[in-house]
Amino acid sequence: MEQFNLEIISPEESILLKNDTEEVVIPTIEGYMGILRDHIPLISFLKPGIIDVKSKNETMNFYVDDGIVEFKENTLSILTSKIFNLKNINQNNIDNIINDAYEGLKKENIRDQEKFILDQKIEVLNSIKIN
Amino acid sequence: MASLDDLKKRISSVKSTQKITKAMKMVAAAKLRRAQENAERGRPYSEKMNNIILNLSNGITDFENAPKLLVGTGEDKVHLCVVMTADRGLCGGFNSNIIKKAKAFFQKLSDSDKELKIITVGSKGYDQLKRLYKDKIIERISFKESKNANYFDADKVGKTIIEKFEKKEFDICTIFYNQFKNVITQIPQEQQIIPLKTSEKKNETSEQNYEFEPDEDEILSNLLPKNISTQIFKAMLENSASEQGSRMSAMDNATRNAGDMVDKLTIKYNRSRQAAITKELIEIISGAESL
Repeated sequence: MEQFNLEIISPEESILLKNDTEEVVIPTIEGYMGILRDHIPLISFLKPGIIDVKSKNETMNFYVDDGIVEFKENTLSILTSKIFNLKNINQNNIDNIINDAYEGLKKENIRDQEKFILDQKIEVLNSIKIN
Repeated sequence: MASLDDLKKRISSVKSTQKITKAMKMVAAAKLRRAQENAERGRPYSEKMNNIILNLSNGITDFENAPKLLVGTGEDKVHLCVVMTADRGLCGGFNSNIIKKAKAFFQKLSDSDKELKIITVGSKGYDQLKRLYKDKIIERISFKESKNANYFDADKVGKTIIEKFEKKEFDICTIFYNQFKNVITQIPQEQQIIPLKTSEKKNETSEQNYEFEPDEDEILSNLLPKNISTQIFKAMLENSASEQGSRMSAMDNATRNAGDMVDKLTIKYNRSRQAAITKELIEIISGAESL
């Protein structure tokens, strides 16, 4: 399969740089989106969810909280402030984030959009926990 | 003239000060390397962010309804200045350079009858500004507990600024920090972050037709607050590298000065010891002669 470049960058460091990605599935605000080589230029937002990175020999899974994606000239850039590789995540971590999310939901003047994001977050994290 | 004992004490006290400054220099050098690495690693993110915003804002034609964070409120009456300094002293001119820059800016504002509000980040800035501008300081933030500059802290500052902007407490926001050039030179900077200045590279943007999802406006209004935090974070990284660099060279100077001082004092000590001996000899000889 044809390959393209992927970079995952957080404010503090570059988390992943790869040039042999074949397919990436990202959780955008409007739904999951699969990216292949020669996708048209794209800018979009992420909601909490799982990023699947498929290359020839391996598949990686990341959990992201939010972020921005840009696809341009066969480079997919993901800018995010909160990301974990699912391999390195542990139960306590997940529980902490879930609790934070529940706390957030308790606020009174919460906007619909925020509520939607937090609900998403809890759902995704719970599904990670089960696996 | 100081007695021999006094001189001796003086020398040993200067020597122990020298030991302290030497140790501080070493610590600063180690921290500087880390801070520089951090600053380097943070660069791709802010560059990418800038690029995306540039691409987006070039596509905007309808300036009336564009997000306020980008085009401003249309007025420039109230200025918010975020003065970012260190939490610790003993780092040469680092803090006072920022303050000097900021004060010059404040003066310009008050000359042109603009209202001024100040947020200080880092306790040294507050200490230096409180005498003159106490009533203008609306908030002071300090990250004494966190060891390194981290994004979480920057985000907190960013959110405070945006909250105030949404409440229409100010029109224009400027941040002050030191840009790290090398160990000896740090350049104090003023940078306007609200409204965003998308200047420079307008011609370079290729006619890329992006697919936006959701639409451009929504993306921009989500992206701009993040960009504020990113800019703050960038300033914090630059600041922490500058602080360590500045401290390193200051402590290097101090160590060298202490060395010079020890040399001078030692010569003085030897001279007065010699003088005392000579005096005693003269006394003995003249005593013997008179017999």
